[in-house]
Amino acid sequence: MKKFPPYAGLLERSWHYVYLLICAFVFLYLITPILLIIPLSFNAEPYFTFTKGMLALDADAYSTRWYTDFFTSDSWIHSIKNSFIIAIASTFIATALGTVAALGLSRSYMPGRTLIMSILISPMIVPLIISGAAMFFFYSNINLAQTFPGVILAHTALGTPFVVITVTATLVGFDQQLVRASQSLGATPMRTFFKIIMPLIAPGVISGALFAFITSFDEVVIVLFLSGYEQRTIPLEMWSGIREQISPTILAVATLLVTISILLLTSLEMLRRRNEKLRGMSPG
Amino acid sequence: MAQAELTANAMTTADGTPLKVSLRRAMRRNKLIAFGLTAPLLLFILISFLMPIFDMAMRSVDNAAVPEAIPRTVQALEAWDGEGMPPDAAFAAMAADLKEGQKTRTIGQAATRLNYQESGMRSLIMKSARRIGQYEAPWKAALIDIDDDWEDPAVWKLIKRQSGAFTAAYYLNALDYTYNEEGEVVEQPEYRQIYQMLFVRTLWMSALITGLCLLLGFPVSYLLATLPARHSNLLMILVLLPFWTSLLVRTTSWIVMLQTEGVLNDILVWIGLISDDGRMQMIYNKIGTIVAMTQILLPFMILPLYSVMRGISPSYMRAARSLGANPLVAFWRVYVPQTVPGMGAGGILVFILAIGYYITPALVGGQSGQLISNYIAYHMQQSLNWGLAAAIGTILLGGVLVLYLIYNRIVGIDNMKLG
Repeated sequence: MKKFPPYAGLLERSWHYVYLLICAFVFLYLITPILLIIPLSFNAEPYFTFTKGMLALDADAYSTRWYTDFFTSDSWIHSIKNSFIIAIASTFIATALGTVAALGLSRSYMPGRTLIMSILISPMIVPLIISGAAMFFFYSNINLAQTFPGVILAHTALGTPFVVITVTATLVGFDQQLVRASQSLGATPMRTFFKIIMPLIAPGVISGALFAFITSFDEVVIVLFLSGYEQRTIPLEMWSGIREQISPTILAVATLLVTISILLLTSLEMLRRRNEKLRGMSPG
Repeated sequence: MAQAELTANAMTTADGTPLKVSLRRAMRRNKLIAFGLTAPLLLFILISFLMPIFDMAMRSVDNAAVPEAIPRTVQALEAWDGEGMPPDAAFAAMAADLKEGQKTRTIGQAATRLNYQESGMRSLIMKSARRIGQYEAPWKAALIDIDDDWEDPAVWKLIKRQSGAFTAAYYLNALDYTYNEEGEVVEQPEYRQIYQMLFVRTLWMSALITGLCLLLGFPVSYLLATLPARHSNLLMILVLLPFWTSLLVRTTSWIVMLQTEGVLNDILVWIGLISDDGRMQMIYNKIGTIVAMTQILLPFMILPLYSVMRGISPSYMRAARSLGANPLVAFWRVYVPQTVPGMGAGGILVFILAIGYYITPALVGGQSGQLISNYIAYHMQQSLNWGLAAAIGTILLGGVLVLYLIYNRIVGIDNMKLG
């Protein structure tokens, strides 16, 4: 229960509860669509709404048939494999390139910093439909359209801004004296990087990598333009599923994807806390 | 003499180099290292991302297909002033080009290109190219015999107009303009006007969605910023989970929620607000697009607003109250102005994302909820008018870049935070 200041009048007090109600409504609006699909994915009937049996909590009205459907379907398994291959490969390249670039950007002697930063961030700003169309033209010309390397390169470009931003942010609190100390004690630059810098910026690097991963894993517009049948990913499969014949299998996939996001969110939160602890920003 | 004295007095490093030189060297080396670290990614983005964008922008004015396919005609028409019929030499050149083009199969592209300007051009050219082999000179009579459209000076004027290596025609089309027979820029006939309306619709729907996000996001951000950390962290999950959930998952859920046999209609029927056959059409139209996009973009408004509000000290409000302001005045005159940077950052972010949105409008927008991006996709995948797709895309890109510059002024890319 909120403690009101003594000067708060009746109107102010009642407004406070109206205000809380408004906030509750907004939170409901944000979260309901996501939570709703979880029970619906266990529907025994091929409907997208709660059946009478489901509302009565009848066990027969629930089933895991859509999950069975998903795990036994060749095209879904194929697409899940592709999604992971593409996301992992592009995350790997994006994290390596992005981390090294962030190290350069956060040095005080960086020439043309603002311009370079704007160029590096640009894949995040340009609407995906434009990136997709542009990459389609260009990658077709150099025979990279409808190939795995093409899709991976495109997703790498989309993922790098996130790595650059998170790692640069982590490096703001980084003590450059440590590097000098390490080098004055005779460590090679490589050894300094892996033994001193990397452990300290690891939380930033990992959260950047997670952003890059989810960007690639969720991405559909570029895949729509660039991938052929062989490179179909989960989002693309969902996209065509929704457009053509929407089956509750999609809800099962959606539920699995929500689970993945919950896992990612939890790991990010843990990383954030670790990072704050490392920098002594919070005692927790 | 003075020079020698200066050098003698200057400080040197252990090996005798003047300190100034040594410092400059070290600075240069530092700069090189910094740039060298950034260079791989810079090069990667330039090649894999910016070159494609540049290529697309070029494609929106590219017209090389025409002069490449009918070089002789282009040359022959150069001398023609556009009055009356073109010289006989132009007919002969055209016949030669058609024969050649039929053999090398380059004529099709040029025919398609000209067809964007005037429907019927493609079939005229393709038919003539197929049949010209059976004819002998004089070529003027031959071409007119194949199709008497060749007698129409307008056809020749169109070819002359489109014979340059670059064209503004795609941009004109993207803004509902075209060339008339005299080569003047005029509005498209009304039944073909669509893009101005689409640009306007995209802008006002994005503005509406941004407004709704601000309206819904402001109270929630305020709550999150004023609650003690332990509660607000818990509530923050309700904002971050949607943020991290796949876009397609959220769009799917909105289809499930809003369709006529969907959950929301079921609830409304159940509580008796609407009858079973009076179910509301809430999806596959503008409402569907607005409701779904607002929910999807709301976290992008809440997060920057929240981070600004966290930095506002509560003592300002207390001071205002103690000086006699009533709660409303204190809030409006003291608190709200301090949140303007957050509103600006969130607002522009949401607006930038909204004007380029494609997936959600395509899935839940029906006909009336389509935005400009959907037409880029349409021209990319169905009508295959890639030049027009590139022109619309370049215009949209220009708009986004302007907004981005404003965003950069307000927030600064260095201060961009994620999650």
